[in-house]
Amino acid sequence: MKAPPFEYVRATSVEEACALLGQYGDGAKVLAGGQNLVPMMAFRLLHPSWLIDINEIPALKFVAVETDVVRMGACARQCDIQRDDAIAARAPLLRQALSFVGHAQTRNRGTVGGSLAHADPSAELPLVAQVLGASLVLRAASSTRTLPASSFFSGPMMTELRPDECLEQIHWPVWRDRKTGSSFNEISRRHGDFAIVAAAAQIAVDDDDRCTRAAFGVGGAGPMPVAFPDLAQRLVGCRLGEDELDDVAWDAAAALEPDSDIHATAAYRRHLAGVLVTRVLQSAYEAAKAVP
Amino acid sequence: MTETLYGISAEVNGTVRAGQVVARTSLVDWLREHLHLTGTHVGCEHGVCGACSVMFDGEPVRSCLMYAVQANGHRVTTVEGLQRPDGQLSVLQDSFCETHALQCGYCTPGMLIAAQALLDANPRPTEHEIREAISGNLCRCTGYQQIVEAIALAAQRMGEDAT
Repeated sequence: MKAPPFEYVRATSVEEACALLGQYGDGAKVLAGGQNLVPMMAFRLLHPSWLIDINEIPALKFVAVETDVVRMGACARQCDIQRDDAIAARAPLLRQALSFVGHAQTRNRGTVGGSLAHADPSAELPLVAQVLGASLVLRAASSTRTLPASSFFSGPMMTELRPDECLEQIHWPVWRDRKTGSSFNEISRRHGDFAIVAAAAQIAVDDDDRCTRAAFGVGGAGPMPVAFPDLAQRLVGCRLGEDELDDVAWDAAAALEPDSDIHATAAYRRHLAGVLVTRVLQSAYEAAKAVP
Repeated sequence: MTETLYGISAEVNGTVRAGQVVARTSLVDWLREHLHLTGTHVGCEHGVCGACSVMFDGEPVRSCLMYAVQANGHRVTTVEGLQRPDGQLSVLQDSFCETHALQCGYCTPGMLIAAQALLDANPRPTEHEIREAISGNLCRCTGYQQIVEAIALAAQRMGEDAT
């Protein structure tokens, strides 16, 4: 399986990439790590006339770890984010999630922005973006706008990106609560495959082990990954025992509308969601309590 | 439709190689069909099997998921580049032979690239780290056990050589 014919241009700046997108519009696709786009072209599911390669734009690969936010360019490689100890200290969910993303060879090429823009409903990074409430900076030739993850994803493999826009930056909020813990878990047929269902959670506690802040979400059980801010709010103020966690987890599972496919039935996905949310909440809570 | 030819130049196994490709030529097709470096195998052509793994700027990647034009100005190492300067098999390749880490041999070039990249970054890997490093490479013959043994043996030997 070979890709259909297309023309290639290597952009050297974000401005140039956006100008080219403006010029070619619908006929063009941005080529970042290519770990989703290239197979889709090999399967001939996509037939872009132009590929605009953004891999050689240094401005899209920056990483800035700040007190309240971790900012990165859309073309930051998954392997570099996974290895970065400063990021792991501020936004540990990213490293935890990335250990489930593909394999070493695909993470060496795959980008954070590419995974978000591809918006696979089972993919790990879009789930983390939903749970942490990441902001995405979308750049066009003559405009820049910032969307929260909750408005960016619009369906399976669908986002609010316009044909003339390029995902430029991702901003991951940092929780400054001293005792914060997080956890990511998923069930897949083989490690590194897309998840059948994935769950992620982050929890902060006070010195009495009472939850002061919570966020969690589920991927692979609907058209896009979802976070449950209202259910997470129910955990705040409590010491989290089995009953509290179970209640919230199974309410979340009940709110999902998974599909059946060749990999799993809707009922099984819903079951996995309940089990996995319980596990990640428990594990994030234990991690938060363990912070000295 | 006439496809544009793009001039490219890349350092392949230490030598600068230049050529002309259409945009859709994958990196692995350029290596095999244009440069006749047929050690790198083409398996699934959509990034699942790992047979086409090469090192790109020193890091293992799937060469079926890159277009040759993207290699312009970059450094590629294929399985042919793993041998010793005198043409003998490398420590890792020898270890594969000794532990019977290959049967049909189709996955072997990709396994060698993944394993060499692991040992370059981590000379004393645990068994778990070895299994993680080759988890993106499918082998339908060995059941992986001998491959894990080969990589552990190579790590041990390279450690002895270094002391």
